[in-house]
Amino acid sequence: MSEKTGVAFQSTKEQEEQLKAVIEKYKKESGALIPVLHEAQDIYGYLPIEVQQKIAEGLGISMAEIYGVVTFYTQFSTNPKGQYKIGVCLGTACYVKGSGNILDKIKDKLGIDVDECTPDGKFSIDATRCIGACGLAPVMTVNEDVYGRLVPEDIDGILAKYM
Amino acid sequence: MEFARAHVLVCGGTGCTSSGSQKIIHEFENQLAANGLEKEVKVIKTGCFGLCALGPVVVVYPEGAFYSMVKVEDVEEIVTEHLLKGRIVKRLLYEETVEDNTIKSLNEVDFYKKQRRIALRNCGVINPENIEEYIAIDGYQALGKVLTSMTPEQVIDEIKESGLRGRGGAGFSTGMKWMFTARADGSNGKYVCCNADEGDPGAFMDRSILEGDPHAVIEAMAIAAYAVGADQGYIYIRAEYPIAVKRLQIAIDQAKEYGLLGEHIFGTDFSFNLEIRLGAGAFVCGEETALMTSIEGHRGEPRPRPPFPANKGLWQKPTLLNNVETYANITQIINNGAEWFQSIGTEKSKGTKVFALGGKIKNTGLVEIPMGTTLREIVEEIGGGIPNGKKFKAAQTGGPSGGCIPASLIDTKIDYDSLIEIGSMMGSGGLIVMDEDTCMVDIAKFFLEFTVDESCGKCTPCRVGTKRMLEILERITKGKGTVEDLDRLEVLAQSIKSAALCGLGQTAPNPVLSTLRYFRDEYMAHVVDKRCPAGVCKDLLSFRIDEGKCKGCGICAKNCPVGAISGQVKQPYHINPDVCVKCGVCMSKCPFKAIANK
Repeated sequence: MSEKTGVAFQSTKEQEEQLKAVIEKYKKESGALIPVLHEAQDIYGYLPIEVQQKIAEGLGISMAEIYGVVTFYTQFSTNPKGQYKIGVCLGTACYVKGSGNILDKIKDKLGIDVDECTPDGKFSIDATRCIGACGLAPVMTVNEDVYGRLVPEDIDGILAKYM
Repeated sequence: MEFARAHVLVCGGTGCTSSGSQKIIHEFENQLAANGLEKEVKVIKTGCFGLCALGPVVVVYPEGAFYSMVKVEDVEEIVTEHLLKGRIVKRLLYEETVEDNTIKSLNEVDFYKKQRRIALRNCGVINPENIEEYIAIDGYQALGKVLTSMTPEQVIDEIKESGLRGRGGAGFSTGMKWMFTARADGSNGKYVCCNADEGDPGAFMDRSILEGDPHAVIEAMAIAAYAVGADQGYIYIRAEYPIAVKRLQIAIDQAKEYGLLGEHIFGTDFSFNLEIRLGAGAFVCGEETALMTSIEGHRGEPRPRPPFPANKGLWQKPTLLNNVETYANITQIINNGAEWFQSIGTEKSKGTKVFALGGKIKNTGLVEIPMGTTLREIVEEIGGGIPNGKKFKAAQTGGPSGGCIPASLIDTKIDYDSLIEIGSMMGSGGLIVMDEDTCMVDIAKFFLEFTVDESCGKCTPCRVGTKRMLEILERITKGKGTVEDLDRLEVLAQSIKSAALCGLGQTAPNPVLSTLRYFRDEYMAHVVDKRCPAGVCKDLLSFRIDEGKCKGCGICAKNCPVGAISGQVKQPYHINPDVCVKCGVCMSKCPFKAIANK
């Protein structure tokens, strides 16, 4: 069970095979843990305890060490993300141009906080570090789509595309 | 090789990609094919042109027509008018490039005129995914020269002589760093690493170099490896930069294929292998010891120095670590000589510096200026000034480790030492411009929130101290601060600066110290008058309608989400402060600017 959303962990045979192959690929390399975690997260979308345990067994690294690394880096998530991952850039350039208000508006609209997922699994919000599109500030992303030069009034229209 | 009569360069940097340049490339290819021009005109996806504010950017040669803010719908017109009939589409040209009905060269435009592109020389010029384009403009020539005609000592001397200092922010002599690593005992192996963990919010110089000219970094790392005696390298790059990671991997694979990485490079005994390691979103990993701990696969926590990485770095072996922009200068120094490089810049800061210009400025984007250029030249000439007729208030350099330069010091020359002198720092190159609507206390709080969030927790001064500083700032912005709080902030800042373990903690108080130094009156307004002069800190705002200016149109009352505004048409309206939630909608909707919040 993940901590915040209470979604039960599920794994398909295919995902298990993929994870095994990843562990096998990096097993003999030094410093393998972080690349393995990246690829495992690509497979499952997040890194629940069950996946961490499989990696611990596969690489021969203690669970404590792995949990320590997973929780240290913000890219790794122990919670499932929504079908549409919303990222609001809180880099300095976006912040001075009002991305804080954009984030507030999205939180309001979806009724969830940063790092949370809507109960229907559709949306999750991340407050991201600078994504480097400062020329378009303030910026938000929905999965791969980028929206720039935003004002809070734009949010309803953008979210409606994914509803 | 095929020759084309015209080239269409489309920016494929992150900024322009975000505003749709990929679709524009496809549309060009479709339209060219539809007009039978696909063999005569070549479409090239390049790195960043720098003028991100005008993206997506398309430049058509041989004329050098600079089309800005191009939309997919515009492509057909460019193809049928410009490329087919030879008539430039004037309505799409960047207005600064048009003078007396003719096109000016880009180098004469204000944005580019004062720039000198050394690290960014190939960005926006070549296709970064094609090694042959890099080789065609002297790529890998420096590596060839070094391997076949110079000893490692000569290479190090050349770099030392050039006066190049680390572009990651601290400004340590690059040549000295190379010398220390070269002298260390490497019988068990040595490493060369590149720090591409560009974490400063609002900074994207390194990303643009890697996206626009990845081979320049790879070639420089091979040169460094030869100079210090290493045979393995790592590039540690943020996972948040997918385009840069992809192009870097393509570049490494191509270099291997061409024998420019791997065993016996240029037929010599020198071998060098290079791998990418992805960061995972931890700002502290930009600190050198933390970066190496992270490559080793652990939590990216720093460790005390000495021993320095030059002696004990990655896996306890001697390691050279330089920043992306530092590497991007190396091949030019080797090709043109140390003397050439020395002739650019100021006495103690040689060469150029790339800045990511952002915030309240017209030309947001990437600029490369010779050291010694003044802040005024960057903001007013290159940056095109502040939009909406607002006044320049301050520029922030160095991100969460740096400080604010107030308007009174706008004529400061930008180099390592003069920035330190005024309480800021060069930093890696973020330069955020702020106008009168930016609250300096809020900005200090913003940076501290960042450091509190990113503190790794290993040492107490940083873990606990920055948190306490943030609490004080939160109090002040809520109108609950006292004058004593300002002294308390200063005392805490000094202890954290002197006691924290790594660069992150030691510099974390800088944004607070520099704003206290130059904007103390603004802090005083918050703690004494309980007022936010910039109108940012919500708890300190009270919205009022100026009866003299109000025409009684009622737009404010219609738009107020909580019904706090009442009145009769054609009579001045009133805001009930007990109901008002200070959202600011009324102020933005009022056609007569009759509502104030300060």
